[in-house]
Amino acid sequence: MHMMWFTERAYHYDPEVEPEKYRELENQILKLRSFYGTPNRFFDPEHGAKVLNQYLDEKVYTDQELLNFDGVMLNEHHGTPFCLGSVMDVEAAVLAAKTRRVRIVLLGNPVATVANPLRLSEELAMIDLISNGRLVSGWVRGAGSEQFANNTNPALNRELFEEGVEFIVKAWTTPGPFRYEGKRFHFRQVNPWVLPLQKPHPPFWIPGLISPDTADWCARNRYPYVALATKLEPTMELWDIYGKAAARAGYQAGPENFGYLQPVMVNDNQERAEELGKRILFGGSFAHFARPEWMFPPGYNSKEATRRLARLDAGGNVAGRPAHGTGGDETEEQIEAVKREVYATYPRMLEDMQMIAGTPSNVIPKLKKILDVLRPGIFSFWLDGPVSHKDRLRCLTLLNNEVIPALREYGHKLELVSPFQVAPGSRPLARESAYEPVGNAEALSA
Amino acid sequence: MAKESSEKTIRVGGNEITLVTAGSGRPLLVLHDELGYTGLLEWQRALAKEYTLLIPLAPGFGRSPRIDWIDGVRDLGSVYARILREERLNDIDVIGFSFGGWLAADMIASNPSQFRRSVLVAPGGIRAPGGEIMDVFQVPAQKYIDASVVDPARTPEFAKLYGEPTPERYEALEDARAEFARLAWQPYFYNPSLPHLLEGIPDQKVLLLWGTQDRVVPRSAIEAYHKSLAGSKLVVFENCGHRPEIEKTEQFVNEVKQFLAA
Repeated sequence: MHMMWFTERAYHYDPEVEPEKYRELENQILKLRSFYGTPNRFFDPEHGAKVLNQYLDEKVYTDQELLNFDGVMLNEHHGTPFCLGSVMDVEAAVLAAKTRRVRIVLLGNPVATVANPLRLSEELAMIDLISNGRLVSGWVRGAGSEQFANNTNPALNRELFEEGVEFIVKAWTTPGPFRYEGKRFHFRQVNPWVLPLQKPHPPFWIPGLISPDTADWCARNRYPYVALATKLEPTMELWDIYGKAAARAGYQAGPENFGYLQPVMVNDNQERAEELGKRILFGGSFAHFARPEWMFPPGYNSKEATRRLARLDAGGNVAGRPAHGTGGDETEEQIEAVKREVYATYPRMLEDMQMIAGTPSNVIPKLKKILDVLRPGIFSFWLDGPVSHKDRLRCLTLLNNEVIPALREYGHKLELVSPFQVAPGSRPLARESAYEPVGNAEALSA
Repeated sequence: MAKESSEKTIRVGGNEITLVTAGSGRPLLVLHDELGYTGLLEWQRALAKEYTLLIPLAPGFGRSPRIDWIDGVRDLGSVYARILREERLNDIDVIGFSFGGWLAADMIASNPSQFRRSVLVAPGGIRAPGGEIMDVFQVPAQKYIDASVVDPARTPEFAKLYGEPTPERYEALEDARAEFARLAWQPYFYNPSLPHLLEGIPDQKVLLLWGTQDRVVPRSAIEAYHKSLAGSKLVVFENCGHRPEIEKTEQFVNEVKQFLAA
């Protein structure tokens, strides 16, 4: 198994140190019903510098001291306190130089919004060289709000994404110079001098939130798919979509084709862990990632997805579906009431394992259950919420010292191989009908 | 009672476009706005008594299938020009609303003899020198529709705009917004060249209609149109938003009839 960890690198304050600033930012997010679009007068560069460096330090510490971790994972968002990594490749470059061991896993680069795939191919090639071949690249379409933040035409996103990825592979693998004339991208001279160290190019892993289109695309291209903390049942269904597409492409999918991201909070004290874990709901969490009109810009969704959305019940803790209405003129008391509603969902989150919080001995059985059900070859812990640097380091240390060894042993028993152990797409399948599901339905109902 | 309107499919260059027709008399091309065809309303019924309304449903805006190569307003205008050519609709009048007004203006710039007389109702297409055109893409469709009139409660046909609030209506509006994004995402809802392309075209018979409370297209944009189109007539409706056709229906119909009859 490949074991790594991830954080959104949120901009927030420790409620135990700066309760007023913590409250002010959270109330602003709840008022807007959106992290995206929070006015940047709430950004204090000095505080930003402090937390951004802490996030980098934690990853360097992981590389040097927490040797059971195989990798660190980054992502990218714009115009939001949800994530300080607005140019992920800059962080990746820092880590490439400051670390010696861990894989630097970028899930993923928003090809369409960056809008210059040649430049992107060069940035990534440099990261691969500086890290001596430790880069794992990934590609995303970017959340709906990213289209606004970067002024990318959402109706062209899918085209830009697919052509962009295809172009980057070509730029890395076709000897230059050559002229490229695509539908959306044009380059007179493609001849990047700096090419990646890994051949034919760094591995690609693709993160997703249960999009069948993406799973199908990944399976056809033999790219592992990393499910971002989605519920187990729909995740299993997606594994099946991937597995069947893989069978059509002539191979049997295995654990090496799948990854899973799991929110966790581990502490020496069960109660404290649960209290820290609850903070992942800060500001309404993912339900308030961005307002619906920013989450679903025109043409961003396929016609099929729009059809589903048109018939979707407006409730529920779905990204871009605010936990409350669309007023905007609430009083402080009303905002406090909304806050209580947001945090009242926590027991359910724990029950559904949307957050696993506790002491090592309490979290291990739950994490084993996930391995039993999904059988992923890539596993990422997700640490988020306004939790102090000290508590985060303690969590990482406990994961490293106690949790990972137990999971690794269990994963070994389950033969959960990573894409570095078995090449994704390398298990030939004689007949499409001989396909076997990777996930374990029995374990799900157990 | 005879049906008020009928639909047919026009084939042009291997593509299919749905055309709604209503009424009888001289043909009048009606170019719908950025959210698609609104459905048949009173102003259309009034004009249909004297004109044959020809309302093409723009490709990609819900009903007519998308045309893959259309990448801008000029492309769409060229498809319409080809239809008019092939249907032998020479010397036709046009009325365009908002996005449809931009489309009509672009067709005039391409071919000044395209239309006999043109009515542009709160047209987009020219950058507002003193303000910004309201961004349809940053708000839910209904919010944009709400903002398009001064007072929804006092606009009798407001509830009928774009049909009943069903999932199908949501899909149709999203289709329209997606196609409009393909055409007008950036620069948003204007072509920087348009004022220059329109300038100096002689003998254009153009009526510009605009409401003083229009929250979508600012006054400076309509004034820029008025300035570029020498000889155009500007009529301003007081206490009226972006949809004079349903907010000031009677005055609107009178102005249009009078202008087209001249």
